[in-house]
Amino acid sequence: MIRFVDVHKRFGALPVLRGIDLALAPGRVTAIVGPNAAGKSTLIRCILGLTRPDRGSITLADGRDMRLPASRAGIGYMPQTPSFPDNLTGHEVLAMLDALRPDVVPDSALLEHFEVAGQLDKPLRTLSGGTRQKLSAVIAFRYRPTLLVLDEPTAGLDPLAASVFKAAVVAARDAGATILLTTHVVAELSVLADEIAFMHEGTIRFACSVAALLEETSAQTLDAALTALMRSPMEEIPDATLRADGDISHLRVVRGVRT
Amino acid sequence: MSATVTGVLRTAMLARIVAAHHARDVLRKRWVIAYAIGLAITGDLLLRLAGSGPSALVSLLNVVLLLIPLIALILGAASLYSAREFTELLLAQPISRRALFIGLYLGLTAPLMGATFVGLLLPFLVERALDPVTVPPLVLLLAVSVLLVGVFTALAFVITIAVRDRARGLGVAILAWLSLGVLYDGAVLAIATAFRDWPIERGMLVAMALNPIDLARTILLLRLDVAALMGYTGAVFRLAFGSTAGLMLALVLLVLWVAVPWMLGARAFDRGDF
Repeated sequence: MIRFVDVHKRFGALPVLRGIDLALAPGRVTAIVGPNAAGKSTLIRCILGLTRPDRGSITLADGRDMRLPASRAGIGYMPQTPSFPDNLTGHEVLAMLDALRPDVVPDSALLEHFEVAGQLDKPLRTLSGGTRQKLSAVIAFRYRPTLLVLDEPTAGLDPLAASVFKAAVVAARDAGATILLTTHVVAELSVLADEIAFMHEGTIRFACSVAALLEETSAQTLDAALTALMRSPMEEIPDATLRADGDISHLRVVRGVRT
Repeated sequence: MSATVTGVLRTAMLARIVAAHHARDVLRKRWVIAYAIGLAITGDLLLRLAGSGPSALVSLLNVVLLLIPLIALILGAASLYSAREFTELLLAQPISRRALFIGLYLGLTAPLMGATFVGLLLPFLVERALDPVTVPPLVLLLAVSVLLVGVFTALAFVITIAVRDRARGLGVAILAWLSLGVLYDGAVLAIATAFRDWPIERGMLVAMALNPIDLARTILLLRLDVAALMGYTGAVFRLAFGSTAGLMLALVLLVLWVAVPWMLGARAFDRGDF
């Protein structure tokens, strides 16, 4: 569980997050969707501690602030474009990250499923984009995360690797991890997402389960529902409200959306 | 053990892990190897041409004062910009920003210091030029060179944290190098000439303290006793403090030039957004 309360962030004169209230439930995959420049990346960066909110809080279920280094022990992060030191090998990078968590026994399951161990002896600059993306996924899942932040995770993965990756996400979800996903691949959303949080101009306009979204929009597919939402005038979409129990599947769902 | 001590030990442990891996990456970069070899070849050529250790050191001094800031500042900044995304991945790990900053700084600075040390010392070993007259100024040259690496990698951190855009940041780095390494002494001389009827010696001393390259030059020339090469600020400095006191003061100022940008960089790294 991770909870955002009234999170604001502005860069200079530009407000990017304007009062984010949201709770991500454990054992669920929540997809953050929205048009470009909605604030999705900034929200992710706030969770990871890369960007400091001007106001508001981001806390774990036990109340710990996400700005504390110890709070990040349970995070598995997979960036959109993985970048590693050119002259280190994959094994050296893994050894370094292992050393930062001396009390965690690394989980090598994904490394074996991707069958990339043999390539991790080479300098990382010589590896293909797909192999780097696999290494990025291996790192995200390696320390048994309780919070997974996946930013366009399957970009660059071949279909087989993408399928292995999705299975890992489902397994982590079933094990109780809180999973935050951003992707522009609607097929991926359809397979993985349990909840949808729609961002627009720095606010969460609504958050609900995928089933509730389909029902409310009378759309047959998630693709059609999201397209309808993005085309709707934003004033027709009510602001989300956060329930005290943090269960976003019961948030007020969208009304008056043209389908 | 108190929580503070435990925290400091943990910071040191995590910083060491980051520094060791970052240093391994930096040491394998081609430009670092080329830099060390280039320094060694230049030193060897100067030793052969000059004929004696002290004469070669005077010539080597000018190379050092231009090349070390250039390499440490510009290639250091380029290296930090390249590592930005991986730095962000590290920031998402359970490590404090301070530990990460220390690790990244040492990981970049220690290999460059090592390359500088080896590149400068090697020709004197190969050419068997380590006579009693040469050794003291050579030791000072090595110390000042290593300090200059520390100064300019710290400045590289300040620039890369303050300026997010790589092209603009590298532009600022080049401008800083040109200003401190090439334009500064000329500008000071022009000001001194323009105000020659005024008592500006104190201002000149401040001007020297504000430029680490000027400080380094003064330290080495005070030791080598080559007043003609000292530049305007260096000459005023020697008049004001004499050789020994001036040497110590300039060394302290140079150490401050490592510490102040380092603290500014660490503060910006602690508080900034990535």
